[in-house]
Amino acid sequence: MNFKNLREYLSWLYYQYLLITGIYVLEPWEKSIFNSILFSAIAMVIYTSYVFVPIHVRLALEFFSKIIGSQPESTVALMN
Amino acid sequence: MTSQYISWVTPNLDIYSRGRPTKMTESSSNKLLNGDSCHWTSNGKKSSKNGFVKSHGLFQEPQKYRRPREKNQNVTHNSSLYKKPFAESFEETPLLVAVLTYMGYGILTIFGYLRDFLRHWSIEKCHVAREKEEQKDFVPLYQDFENFYTRNLYMRIRDNWNRPICSVPGAKMDLVERVSHDYNWTFEHTGRVVKDVINMGSYNYLGFAENIGACANAAIEATEKYGVGVGSTRCEIGSLDIHEELEQLVARFLGVESSMAFGMGFATNSMNIPALTGKGCLILSDELNHASLVLGARLSGSTIRVFKHNNMQSLEKLLRDAIAHGQPRTHRPWKKILIVVEGIYSMEGSIVRLPEVVALKKRYKAYLYLDEAHSIGALGPNGRGVVDYFGLDPKDVDIMMGTFTKSFGAAGGYIGGKQELIDYLRRHSHSALYATSMSPPVVQQIITSMRIIMGEDGTTLGIDRIRQLSENTTYFRRELREMGFIIYGNEDSPVVPMMLYMPAKIGAFGREMLKRNIGTVVVGFPATPIIESRARFCISAAHTREMLDTALKATSEVGDLLQLKYSRRERPLPSLGWMAEESLLQD
Ligand SMILES: Cc1ncc(COP(=O)(O)O)c(C=O)c1O
Repeated sequence: MNFKNLREYLSWLYYQYLLITGIYVLEPWEKSIFNSILFSAIAMVIYTSYVFVPIHVRLALEFFSKIIGSQPESTVALMN
Repeated sequence: MTSQYISWVTPNLDIYSRGRPTKMTESSSNKLLNGDSCHWTSNGKKSSKNGFVKSHGLFQEPQKYRRPREKNQNVTHNSSLYKKPFAESFEETPLLVAVLTYMGYGILTIFGYLRDFLRHWSIEKCHVAREKEEQKDFVPLYQDFENFYTRNLYMRIRDNWNRPICSVPGAKMDLVERVSHDYNWTFEHTGRVVKDVINMGSYNYLGFAENIGACANAAIEATEKYGVGVGSTRCEIGSLDIHEELEQLVARFLGVESSMAFGMGFATNSMNIPALTGKGCLILSDELNHASLVLGARLSGSTIRVFKHNNMQSLEKLLRDAIAHGQPRTHRPWKKILIVVEGIYSMEGSIVRLPEVVALKKRYKAYLYLDEAHSIGALGPNGRGVVDYFGLDPKDVDIMMGTFTKSFGAAGGYIGGKQELIDYLRRHSHSALYATSMSPPVVQQIITSMRIIMGEDGTTLGIDRIRQLSENTTYFRRELREMGFIIYGNEDSPVVPMMLYMPAKIGAFGREMLKRNIGTVVVGFPATPIIESRARFCISAAHTREMLDTALKATSEVGDLLQLKYSRRERPLPSLGWMAEESLLQD
């Protein structure tokens, strides 16, 4: 398929999304329910990962640095 | 009558009398095989004794561990039985597509439940049949899964079916334009007509659905002579001279001793199978047989066993079990065993492996019922169906059934076979005794078109049509395959199923094609397995090359738009561009 511009491509992508999820056949209000549920779920996933992942990474790093605490100093320095 | 019919009743069980298959010695199995004129190995060569001891069957099981990409690559087995290559393919569903299809059905089902919930609590208006208020504590009449499916999935894309046509359904047709303002619950005719839609859906294989030409003229003459109604059954005073003429012609066309015509193809199957078999008989039926055959088999009260579609190992296993074990519990031999197959399967586009079925039938002394609804006229160098296609003897098929609805552009069905069979049916078949006989113009249409096919009108019009059909078929199938669609079935079958898979694409394909002025048939569950939704093209001799090209171009366009080119066979790479990311979806 050849597309003239990005907009056409995006609308084609949206059409594919409609077809693959099957919501192509739904009535508009059902479509919007599906979309809002899906997008809020995705948004939440992104938000939680934004909020919580850095904390978990830091905790994990601290944990591992404690385990390897008995190692020569140079390694600990590297971890920090 | 009964004495005449004795030969029908008990199949000769000589294989059984030689001992159970498990105990069969090497010499007896060799004797059996030498009794047959062909050698049954997959490569056509005579195989060593060991090969036969390991598998006594006529057809050897394919190796188990191999899981090819094609569901069955039917080319290699028993090629010695075929005079020409038998190429039939069913490309496997790509895994990702299958997963996405199930996901789509899942989402639609959830929304179905949501809508049902809303309807139940009267939050939205319910359009479907439901229990009356005063009967609401009765056992519900209108509740089952199909109903759920109809209400919540079929309804949403219903505009693709039951569309009224307002012209002759030839190569082009006119459609009544209709709109729906309430999402397909009701339709309104706008009064306009959609003109000149290319018809890729009618079973008009030889293009005899015409309102001008020799057939139409003959039918008009017949109407002027006999009228339209007959008003009585064949065995009373509804038997006209043209009925007799038709039956003789059909018998001659098929190469059988005698034949009989009925007013409806569906009833030919569903009413004649019960006349042929009954309690204590066994019907071996292909899993994809038409509803009329299934109904007939059920009405007959016989035991029905189903074999895998066109799978000769499966059929042979059932036959061997049936002969070895007889009826359940009593272990009496079956009174008769009837194998029921179709010529061309209308949803799969596959052709029955008739030479192998006939070999099996002869070896195990069963009877064969062949439904040629789609194949008569459409297959074979002389248009005489699968028997002609494979170059077999029509006498090897015990009951030749077919319909006039497809290639002949008329209505009704026939049964052909031995004189005794037809005499028996004339007295015992419900559709002969109780149904009004065929309308004269219809009979005349069949007679004229059949004469044309046989070349008895002194022209080559018939043979030209047959050639045109097979050319069109080859061309259309080849082009579709090269475009990268998954199409099912035999290379020579004019029924071309093209896979769509996802539920939303069923609706979208039909609508998009109609926008491009092409009328197609889209099929989904329950006519197909739930994930294998498809579009079905029926090629006709009336299609010109331009029409086919237009249809192909539109199909290709829609295929790109809906991403239907699933096939992963070797083919030239598609042009890259914006496609690059999206093509990930198709793997
Ligand atoms: C295999 C088969 N048998 C029988 C019939 C019924 O024939 P008719 O439409 O003439 O009733 C059909 C019709 O589609 C068919 O496909």
